[in-house]
Amino acid sequence: MAKLTTQDLEVIKSAQKARLAFRERTYLLICGGTGCHATGSIRVKDALLAAIEDKGLGDTVQVIETGCNGFCAMGPLLVVHPGDIFYQKLTVEDMPELVESHLINGKPVERLLYKDPVSKARIAAQTKIPFFAHQMPRALRNKGLINPESIDEYIGRDGYIGAAKALFDMTPQQIIEEMKISGMRGRGGAGFPTGVKWDFASKSAGAVKYVLCNADEGDPGAFMDRSILEADPHAVLEGMIIAAKAIDAHKGYIYARTEYPLAIKRLGIAIDQAKGYGLLGDNILGSALSFDIEIYQGAGAFVCGEETALMRSIEGKRGMPRPRPPFPAHKGLWEKPTILNNVETLANVPQIMVKGGAWYAGVGTQTSKGTKVFALSGDVNNIGLVEVPMGTPLRTIIYDIGGGIPNKRKFKAVQLGGPSGGCIPESHLDTPVDYEAIAKVGAIMGSGGAIVMDEKTCMVDMARFFMEFIQDESCGKCTPCREGTRRQLQILEKICEGRGEPDDIDILVELSQTIRETALCGLGQTGPNPVLSALRYFRDEFEAHIHEKRCPAKRCVALLRFEVEPDACTRCGMCFRACPADAIVWEKKEVARIDKEKCIKCLTCYDKCRFDAIF
Amino acid sequence: MPLPLTAEDRLHLKTLQPQIAASPKGRGQLIPLLQMAQKALGYLPDEALSLVADHLAVTRSEVYGVASFYNQFRFNPPGKNPVKVCMGTACHVRGGEIILENFERKLEIREGETTEDREFSIERVACVGCCALAPVALVGETLHGHMAPSKVEGLVLRVRLEKEKAEREAAHS
Ligand SMILES: Cc1cc2nc3c(=O)[nH]c(=O)nc-3n(C[C@H](O)[C@H](O)[C@H](O)COP(=O)(O)O)c2cc1C
Ligand code: SF4
Ligand code: SF4
Ligand code: FES
Ligand code: FES
Repeated sequence: MAKLTTQDLEVIKSAQKARLAFRERTYLLICGGTGCHATGSIRVKDALLAAIEDKGLGDTVQVIETGCNGFCAMGPLLVVHPGDIFYQKLTVEDMPELVESHLINGKPVERLLYKDPVSKARIAAQTKIPFFAHQMPRALRNKGLINPESIDEYIGRDGYIGAAKALFDMTPQQIIEEMKISGMRGRGGAGFPTGVKWDFASKSAGAVKYVLCNADEGDPGAFMDRSILEADPHAVLEGMIIAAKAIDAHKGYIYARTEYPLAIKRLGIAIDQAKGYGLLGDNILGSALSFDIEIYQGAGAFVCGEETALMRSIEGKRGMPRPRPPFPAHKGLWEKPTILNNVETLANVPQIMVKGGAWYAGVGTQTSKGTKVFALSGDVNNIGLVEVPMGTPLRTIIYDIGGGIPNKRKFKAVQLGGPSGGCIPESHLDTPVDYEAIAKVGAIMGSGGAIVMDEKTCMVDMARFFMEFIQDESCGKCTPCREGTRRQLQILEKICEGRGEPDDIDILVELSQTIRETALCGLGQTGPNPVLSALRYFRDEFEAHIHEKRCPAKRCVALLRFEVEPDACTRCGMCFRACPADAIVWEKKEVARIDKEKCIKCLTCYDKCRFDAIF
Repeated sequence: MPLPLTAEDRLHLKTLQPQIAASPKGRGQLIPLLQMAQKALGYLPDEALSLVADHLAVTRSEVYGVASFYNQFRFNPPGKNPVKVCMGTACHVRGGEIILENFERKLEIREGETTEDREFSIERVACVGCCALAPVALVGETLHGHMAPSKVEGLVLRVRLEKEKAEREAAHS
């Protein structure tokens, strides 16, 4: 492949016009993200291709496999253009009908369209589906649109135009200035202003500097970064090139989570293509900048998401944090000036160069600009990726976009920020998405994990769950984190098992304070947050466990009797049908009974009983 | 007690040796080399740690110290069908630990162990990024979403049946 110039970029861009404006053909965009692969999209795609071949439509129809579309719970998904028709939960058997009806007769297949859970009406156009209608895709602007393995399609969407502008029309200081104007704050969790970070590193003296991308996505229950990497890997590379020019770096690493094989594969393809086009390597686009990127696969340790630990890990050592200062902007990877940015932060950078910082800051709140991507999951109807302007109330995310809570249950809390964050109850659901506003109610913005919990979630159990995670992942370097979290976990386990004692709550609070103040890195310092926020809003649940030996949400096995309350049992037999162990004795019109010899305490019946009759 | 190497392990070690020898040296290579070794063998026996240590001219205890720090590396052989149960938050909210317990009960091993016939092993993972399908479990490379206690038995049975079928076919030919 020939090395490109800026003019060549424009040529490639125009060549992509028809495809990206969905002209001249019918385009079938099938999702090829990890989620849809798991639900069978590869087989569906093969069946689709076969049906198209069968009808001889090969010349007028083009099938494109895109990255994650965002609405993963509905996979396998397909969007047909023109028309923006959204098909969901497709099977191999549906394909001949879809081709016949939609592609030949021009009639979308009604039964495969999205069905509004409230009105029961079918909605054909993707942008009309409430899940998508309230979103503002910026970091996710190319999701579901382009083939992530085609650099030309990326260029067609203004790809590498931002880099070209930064390389030829801007000085490093102008790039940094533009980032400052954009108000962009790091999307990895801490929310540090990106422009300021780059400024430090650019002023740091040294011939060797590094640009790192944090693709470790450690928050268990978050998949924003995975989706960006799978759907739009070039955006991250381009962001890194721009950062390299800003601080004068020549080498970059992407520290990628090893559990994301597809993301790593697509990144690898993207890097090779960029090299082939001369968008990575020596004298990028003929400019003075030479910059290369390598993927470094993490080896599975949450603490390696922390910046100093991540750098130790790339150096081939145990990923243990070290005290700051010195900050990585002065002494980072191999003691050289280094910047580390999150995937989502970097994916936003190219558009900020193209459209300007002021454009980016055009939406948001006083202190939080632009948009934020959330991975909405848990007990919510519409699970998937959600990108909204800063300032959007949490209620909008959970109810308008997320479609509310399934199974007619009540909302209890939403957990933001994973193991470093906290839960937000109903009373604070009008809190806007804003770094400071969220911190005020006891959680953190975090990297974007948003896990919705319904009334059947036990908040003591959740606190125990997060503490177990922190305890497992503590690197053990400093005592407060290592010993303090172990002690907290013991207490929480004891409470869940019905052996809680009256002063346990006070001990938990005290330990939390000590750990927060004395731990070395963010993992320890923020580790007690989930416990504190659960205590702040759901103290009564802790008290019920401790004083009454009762789990109000019926989740803590040791506090359950596995018996049926005859007066509450409506004799419906739901539990009987659901029990995987044949442990429920039931006949029509009879009260159900649990055979404790056979019961494996799986809680399925508690979940299935609509009348709360099992206790 | 480390398990003795199987003939298969020895074969893999043999092919691994030149691969490692051909790799660049330097401390930064340690984790990538361990990943290469584990990919070849499925785990890191002492012999593999020594290969890496010799290549990089660092002590074996240094190599072990790094390897044991990371969750990815294992020191006992996995089953032919490693079961990985997601214990991330989204899966926990949907009952992930109940799925883990069901696998443990069904296979009669605990998390971190391998069945005697080396067919299955169980481990926990923290989020595989398919939270939309929670609770999630992987059997081998295949991801299974919306897991339920009743599905566990079916999955295990399917693997065992497939194995029997393969054995029968092998016996025929
Ligand atoms: C324990 C711990 C884990 C972290 N994990 C991640 C992670 O998985 N991904 C990430 O981008 N940042 C993570 N961070 C934040 C990083 O240390 C760092 O602030 C961030 O990558 C900087 O990029 P940003 O300014 O673009 O957000 C973690 C921090 C701590 C303390
Ligand atoms: S706070 Fe925890 S994770 Fe961080 S350095 Fe200390 S022991 Fe390690
Ligand atoms: S807890 Fe599980 S095994 Fe026990 S009765 Fe209920 S459904 Fe059956
Ligand atoms: S993987 Fe298909 S929508 Fe996310
Ligand atoms: S929490 Fe299980 S896949 Fe994300």
